[in-house]
Amino acid sequence: MSLPARVTVLTVAFLAVVGGAIFVVIHYLLGGPLTVNFTANASGQVNMIMQSDASSDPQADPVNPTWVSYYIKSPTSGAWVHTTLFQVPAHTRVNVTILGYDGATPVRNQLWSRVTGTIGGVAYYTGKPVTLLNGWNGDPNFNIQHTFAIPGINLSVPVQAGPGTCLTGPCTNKQHSTTTFSFMTPAQTGTYRWQCFVPCGLDFLNGNGGPMQTFGYMMGNMQVVS
Amino acid sequence: MATTEAPARAEAERREPNHGLRIFLIWLPAALAADLIIWFVWGPHMPPGDQSSTAASQQNDINVMAIMAAPVMAFVLVYAGYALIVWRHREGDDEDGPPIHGNSRISATWIGVTSAIVLGLFVFGTVELVVPAGAGAGEGNTPIWRPSGGTPLQVQVIAQQWRFAYRYPQFGGFETTSLVLPVGQNVQFNVTSLDVIHSFWPYQLGVKADANPGVNNVAYTEPQHTGTFTVRCAELCGIWHADMTTTGQVMSVSAFRAWAAATRVQLAALTKILPPYALTYDPNLVPQLGKAFHQAGLSGAGGNYYGSQYPVQP
Amino acid sequence: MAIETQPEKAQEPGGRGPGAPRPGRPWWMRPAIHTGIIGGVIGYLVGHWLGNLIASGYTQVQNSGMNNYAIILGYVLGTVGWLAGLGIFNDLLRQMAGRPVPAGEEETEASSGLARYFRYSLDHKVVGIQYLVGMIGYFLTGGLLAMAIRTELLSPSYHVFSASTYIAIVGEHGTMMIMMISSLILGPFGNYLVPLLIGSKRMAFPRLEALSFWLTPAAYIVLLSGLMFGGFPFGWTGYAPLSVQATQGADSYAVAFGLMGLSLILLGFNIIVTVICYRAPGMRWSRLPIFVWAMLSTAFLMVLAAPVLVGAMYMMIADRTVQTAFFTDSLGGSSYLWQNLFWFFGHPEVYILALPGFGIVSEIIPVFCRKPLFGYRVAAAGMIGVTLLSFFVWQHHLFDSGINPDMRPVFMLTTELISIPTGFIFLVALGTFWKAKIRFTVPMLFALGFYFNFLIGGISGVFLSDVPADTTEHGTFFVMAHFHYTIMGGLVFAFMAGVYYWLPKMMGIKLNQTLGKWHFWTMFIFFNATFLPLFAVGMAGQPRRVYEYARNLTTLNDWVSISSFLLGVSILIFLVNFVYSTVIARVREEGNPWRSRGLEWQVPSPPPPGNFARVPVVISGPYEYGVKDAPPMADLDPPLGVLSRAYSDTVTEGAEA
Repeated sequence: MSLPARVTVLTVAFLAVVGGAIFVVIHYLLGGPLTVNFTANASGQVNMIMQSDASSDPQADPVNPTWVSYYIKSPTSGAWVHTTLFQVPAHTRVNVTILGYDGATPVRNQLWSRVTGTIGGVAYYTGKPVTLLNGWNGDPNFNIQHTFAIPGINLSVPVQAGPGTCLTGPCTNKQHSTTTFSFMTPAQTGTYRWQCFVPCGLDFLNGNGGPMQTFGYMMGNMQVVS
Repeated sequence: MATTEAPARAEAERREPNHGLRIFLIWLPAALAADLIIWFVWGPHMPPGDQSSTAASQQNDINVMAIMAAPVMAFVLVYAGYALIVWRHREGDDEDGPPIHGNSRISATWIGVTSAIVLGLFVFGTVELVVPAGAGAGEGNTPIWRPSGGTPLQVQVIAQQWRFAYRYPQFGGFETTSLVLPVGQNVQFNVTSLDVIHSFWPYQLGVKADANPGVNNVAYTEPQHTGTFTVRCAELCGIWHADMTTTGQVMSVSAFRAWAAATRVQLAALTKILPPYALTYDPNLVPQLGKAFHQAGLSGAGGNYYGSQYPVQP
Repeated sequence: MAIETQPEKAQEPGGRGPGAPRPGRPWWMRPAIHTGIIGGVIGYLVGHWLGNLIASGYTQVQNSGMNNYAIILGYVLGTVGWLAGLGIFNDLLRQMAGRPVPAGEEETEASSGLARYFRYSLDHKVVGIQYLVGMIGYFLTGGLLAMAIRTELLSPSYHVFSASTYIAIVGEHGTMMIMMISSLILGPFGNYLVPLLIGSKRMAFPRLEALSFWLTPAAYIVLLSGLMFGGFPFGWTGYAPLSVQATQGADSYAVAFGLMGLSLILLGFNIIVTVICYRAPGMRWSRLPIFVWAMLSTAFLMVLAAPVLVGAMYMMIADRTVQTAFFTDSLGGSSYLWQNLFWFFGHPEVYILALPGFGIVSEIIPVFCRKPLFGYRVAAAGMIGVTLLSFFVWQHHLFDSGINPDMRPVFMLTTELISIPTGFIFLVALGTFWKAKIRFTVPMLFALGFYFNFLIGGISGVFLSDVPADTTEHGTFFVMAHFHYTIMGGLVFAFMAGVYYWLPKMMGIKLNQTLGKWHFWTMFIFFNATFLPLFAVGMAGQPRRVYEYARNLTTLNDWVSISSFLLGVSILIFLVNFVYSTVIARVREEGNPWRSRGLEWQVPSPPPPGNFARVPVVISGPYEYGVKDAPPMADLDPPLGVLSRAYSDTVTEGAEA
């Protein structure tokens, strides 16, 4: 091959490789679910509403519709966003309401039945304050479907088992449990991970695979900004 | 002419410096200096510090090995440096070097010295492994190197995805996410896991024990100074492996007892619903959890992975 | 009545029957990479469809949303399709059908020029070049992934990648590097040079050799495609039960590693048989170049250790698909089973990575010291010793895992002992330097860099073999620094030395020596700047594979990250040099630029098909520098009758005149 031909082939090959690498980086490595931003309201507090679903409607989640998942309600539009990333201001009181649309799953370690890290040390289940929600007491139903825990601030709250199981998230009917609690965001800004401690990844070994290890389902990040 | 060659050759041999001696004379002060700096300057600050008996012993261990390694490295580097300077190719010299194929004395000496160093390190390592009761490494469920002096404080480390939990069986078996230890007392860590392989690693205490599901892994140490220490997970266990950290505390014995009593009371309601203290927690074998899983139609291995007809004991 | 018979014609070994001339076909109709890709895609689709047919009704598949059967069958059938499209099974199918198989030389002469490098070729030299380009490509991919890792580690709190992406990148980097780089030297240099170095015209099993190469792009693509599934969260070690728990990316890991294991077995097997059976007359074991000893030892490791890996991967796939419980403790399996199986392979694997480096540098330094290799027998014994002992040390990866405590002093002993034969390499080098005439050519610089780096890597290994010290060091960046020093500082530097040394032979082209020196110095300085502080980072308590770390380690991590970017730049210099010199500048280099005595330098550059016109007779060793009137290594034109006396039943040499 002559010199100009070789140079051309080389340049084309180089551009193809670089282009491919950039494509892989942008498409597969960066990117992920959206972050829902919360700002303090008039009384200096943040209100956050979430729901947990047994599975999602394939329209809402075409990727893994059979996976159990949390949804967060957008404070601006009121729509349910399929994400587990949210942003809150530092040193602010956050009031969380979780609508539980899933049935019960026995928690693997009963330690997580205990409410920790909330303001007052309690969580309210349909208005009743509770410090310990026994996850194994099978009478009449198991009591826990998931937990919401931010280990970095020692927050752990069980989400009460629902009266029914909604399989087409995000769900809007009245067949849900209501878990309410409040916590103070830390003064130190940064990224705080949160996760569920109930092995609820159905048909994954130990129950901790799949949705338990994927952003947008049962674990996420709390971004604390100043 | 033969008569003029012999004196010329002998002259050349006399003028040839004693390379071996030179290398030795450069190496000796370098090795000594390195060893002295390691022992006196670096040594007291060598990781992992001396907050516990096992950490102090490892610090000593690493110091000794560094002192053995420094002269070896110095020898190779000094020799190589000398060779690259003195025996480099000079312009215009196209001759080959002397045809030395080997020297059995040198080879035998090298093999002997390296074997001696290595075997010495083996004996030293074994002694250091036995002496502070297993050197803080997990010994499995039948430990053979135990500290003397009665039953140590039992702390069970329960690793799960993705947080450590700790149970104190001698204080009613309460379970907490805080790790508090008394100073000056032997501690026995019983490390187990509920799902995948983790590794319990309180860095400043010089302990590392893998947490395997269904297995009890025992490690011993004795904290020697009060203060805080960081526990990290040292075996990749999934996405939040980097975040499985605990800040532990070593306090005085009386402060520890006070903490244990207060926590026992505070967590009494929780302790009542925990399974009885056991060395491993197979969900099939913990009665309440096994029953709970069965009633929910899930299998003990969690997540219904093996279908609801399991667990079928093999 | 006479029964008409036809005389029986013996089937020649290698399946050569009465050959018919092959009709000429246009390039796009002959099997090559493009037909391979088509075959691979078709195979993947068939496999995926088959998997869906079998398993989409299973509860486990429906609930978890992943069909592992489809993915694995897709990969496996895709690989079969890729190989079929390349024409690898053609000769086998012809033999099974009783049809004539074309002779080897016709095949290689039929494609000339660049095209034959994109085909299934039976010429070991073509396979060597294919391996060289492939390995450089795989290495660069792993290197880009490493740059991504160091970018994330610039800050403990600001995250460029999410936690799940980061751990996927870590796993891809580690697996890509170890998996693909296992054949970094045996693939290109082993395949290309072993026949030349032993005086043979061919390899023992050219089809297996070519197959071992063509499995590597399949493994590469399978591994990278794991990123499409979100990667795998368990690093290159694949510990169960985490690997059984993981999503689809784990299937790419298992299949890719399994394919690479098969490639290693075939590669090693071919080299063993070639070295044992195809040495030229006069090539006694005591005259075998030390590089070939290293290739032979590594090949034994590959053949004996890689099957365990393939078996372990198969068990993991079985656990993930058909619900066996090999690694599930609560159903009678054990998480220790995976650890032991993996490391039984894993430890010989790291010697597969280290030994070829020993071979290359021991081969190169006599040439540039103009002296024989000091202690040739000691060097060979060292390599054999490392090979044997490497099967007895694997539990040092499991010191803290809860194995039976009295195993630990045993494995501490064996691990300490293996440093003795490893040290022989240094004895041999230092002895060769004694009173030498050292020339600082680019290959020699890389060889010296190897010794420096491996010294640090090897000594840090002794620190790790000590069980009490290992309690702090295991699972931290100390281990990372140790194996990067031995593998990258050792193997990759030796690879660079080999490239600069042997490219004039393999391609007849000189690499630019000035760029080469820039390459060496930047790579050496920034390599050490990157990995030396990591010993401290590990001792200070940073575990492996983490995306967050203690704030007080930020400065060290930043220094390491910046150095690693500069290290990447130095590799770029190499790439520029390599591509520019081979594609654009193409400065011819004939003859023997290094004035080496090696047998491979006695033939033209590049060697003709068949290497030697006639099988040479070896009359002298390769390291006879400084010996007065030492004959060249081999007589390429031995008098008639010499060979017939060596092979008493050969008819071709004719009767003695």
